[in-house]
Amino acid sequence: MNFTESLLLSLRSLKANKLRSFLTTLGIMIGVAAVIALVALGQGTSSRITASIESLGSNLLIVTPGAVPPDQRERAEELNRLTLEDSAALSRLESIDAVAPQVRRQGQVVWHNENWTTVVEGTSSEYIEVRNSVVDEGRFFNRLEARRQQNVVVLGATVAEKFFESNSKGIGQVIEINQTPFTVIGILEKQGNQGYANQDDRVIIPITTAMDRLFQIQEINAIYLSARSADLMDQAHEEVEKILKVQRNVSSTENTYFQISSQSQILSTAEEIGKLMTGLLAGIAAISLFVGGIGIMNIMLVSVTERTREIGIRKAIGATRSAIMQQFIIEAVTLSLIGGLMGIFFGLTLSKIIDYFTPLSTLISITPILYAFFFSFLVGLIFGVYPASKASALDPIEALRHQ
Amino acid sequence: MTEKPLIFLDRVNKVYSSGEEEIFALREITVEVEEGEFVAIMGSSGSGKSTMMNLLGCLDKPTKGDYYLDKQAVAEATEDELALIRNKKIGFVFQNFNLLPKLSALENVELPLLYSGMATEERRQKAENALEAVGLSHRKQNKPTELSGGQQQRVSIARALVNEPVILLADEPTGALDSRTTTEIMEIFQELHQAGKTIMMVTHEAEIAEYAERLILFRDGMIVDDNKR
Repeated sequence: MNFTESLLLSLRSLKANKLRSFLTTLGIMIGVAAVIALVALGQGTSSRITASIESLGSNLLIVTPGAVPPDQRERAEELNRLTLEDSAALSRLESIDAVAPQVRRQGQVVWHNENWTTVVEGTSSEYIEVRNSVVDEGRFFNRLEARRQQNVVVLGATVAEKFFESNSKGIGQVIEINQTPFTVIGILEKQGNQGYANQDDRVIIPITTAMDRLFQIQEINAIYLSARSADLMDQAHEEVEKILKVQRNVSSTENTYFQISSQSQILSTAEEIGKLMTGLLAGIAAISLFVGGIGIMNIMLVSVTERTREIGIRKAIGATRSAIMQQFIIEAVTLSLIGGLMGIFFGLTLSKIIDYFTPLSTLISITPILYAFFFSFLVGLIFGVYPASKASALDPIEALRHQ
Repeated sequence: MTEKPLIFLDRVNKVYSSGEEEIFALREITVEVEEGEFVAIMGSSGSGKSTMMNLLGCLDKPTKGDYYLDKQAVAEATEDELALIRNKKIGFVFQNFNLLPKLSALENVELPLLYSGMATEERRQKAENALEAVGLSHRKQNKPTELSGGQQQRVSIARALVNEPVILLADEPTGALDSRTTTEIMEIFQELHQAGKTIMMVTHEAEIAEYAERLILFRDGMIVDDNKR
């Protein structure tokens, strides 16, 4: 018996039990669809995070306070608090091009009757350079405005959309941040909805204004630095570390508990995490594919029992063990491949739906589709072998006697 | 060296062991059947005639002794060789027809040829010829359930003959049929016999056995009578 005939034969016996075959196929379909959709989700999220890190700007170094061990707690203040003096000292470094210290607080923004809770970020006039941001309308505040602690604000795209019909109408308006009036001088270009936080949902004011007038705070959250060139990144890293120690009168052998990370470091960490997450999702989905395989085995065992007599007849008229084996394996594989095909279709549809109708993003690539299809084939094969060998091992005399 | 007969059972024993005890289903059976003979096998239930049929049909192997079918040693054959012998040399006709209910009459008849690897066209042609020989060309697309008992048995005779086997084994071929159909079926067997087919048939009805020219009587796993008419 050749392959085409075996295939037609198995399609026929699957058609004889339509509902049962469909339900069995459903198990594989859901498994394959889950693999495809979840991997697409993992890859989509991962690529979005990567893109948002890349958009932070190249040659970027970020200094943040690190963790202080328990025995150094009383010195924590001087060991890991960042100040504007640090920022000023760092800006004098040869290897550093621009410096943007940062404070972040939540604030209430009000314009006429509308109010909006958002992130209020204080920074320097070099922010635009360091963070790769683009002003869409108006301008960013300058060094002078920053030094004079003026009440000027640059709005993120989301906040501007919330208050004004168009960006141009916003320029010159006065809004209140925590009951203090600020003049809108610029609106940033939309950066897009990015993985972990909406970068457009914030307002930016001069850091001195934020620290002294608005929040009355002394410490800053982070210092963003851009090195003069990519080649100077390592040198800049070292110099930043050294200056921070000098600022604190700490010897070069002692620790200062700051975290200095570069964009490329963050990127590779995020990529690692992305891969891990994608793998995890694929693993979870693979479990449902496995469960689908058990479903196939179950139904094939039932089928072998039901068709004992048929097997007996086939053997009596000359079917070899391998012919019977082949028949049942092809049935199992056909079931799982049909499930696999439906799963691919369903999985792709699901990925598109997630992409369009939820804030999550998905990225479809050919590899997981091929893998999922291959595994559905493998699942059919593996879970089909046992029932098939059971069928082929039946004693024809016993099988013919079976009612 | 003398020419061996078509069927030659040489001191064949079939023993089933249940626990300590050994049960002899067949004991020292020696039978020779020449080509073209029509043999009826009779005996009460448990006499060993079914075991004999299973052995003759190569569905089972003797515990001891030799069986030659068409000069081929069956006792030493592997499972796959047995399947091949069943496919090429033996045609089965069962009491309850044993047709596959999902397949049409024609497809049922094609089945042995499918397992011998014949090309589709040739297979179809041979199966149609076999159905025509039993007078069922007009019902070839019908499923077994749409056919009468007699028609079903004719389909199964066509299936048994389609591979041109050296022997036709019939196990109570009329056991499930009424008397009128019984006569029809037995007439087919007689025609086949006259055409030179070797037929071995198990029956418990004396009048059916009358159609055969030789009667082997089993009792307690042994042959107690072997008469040629």
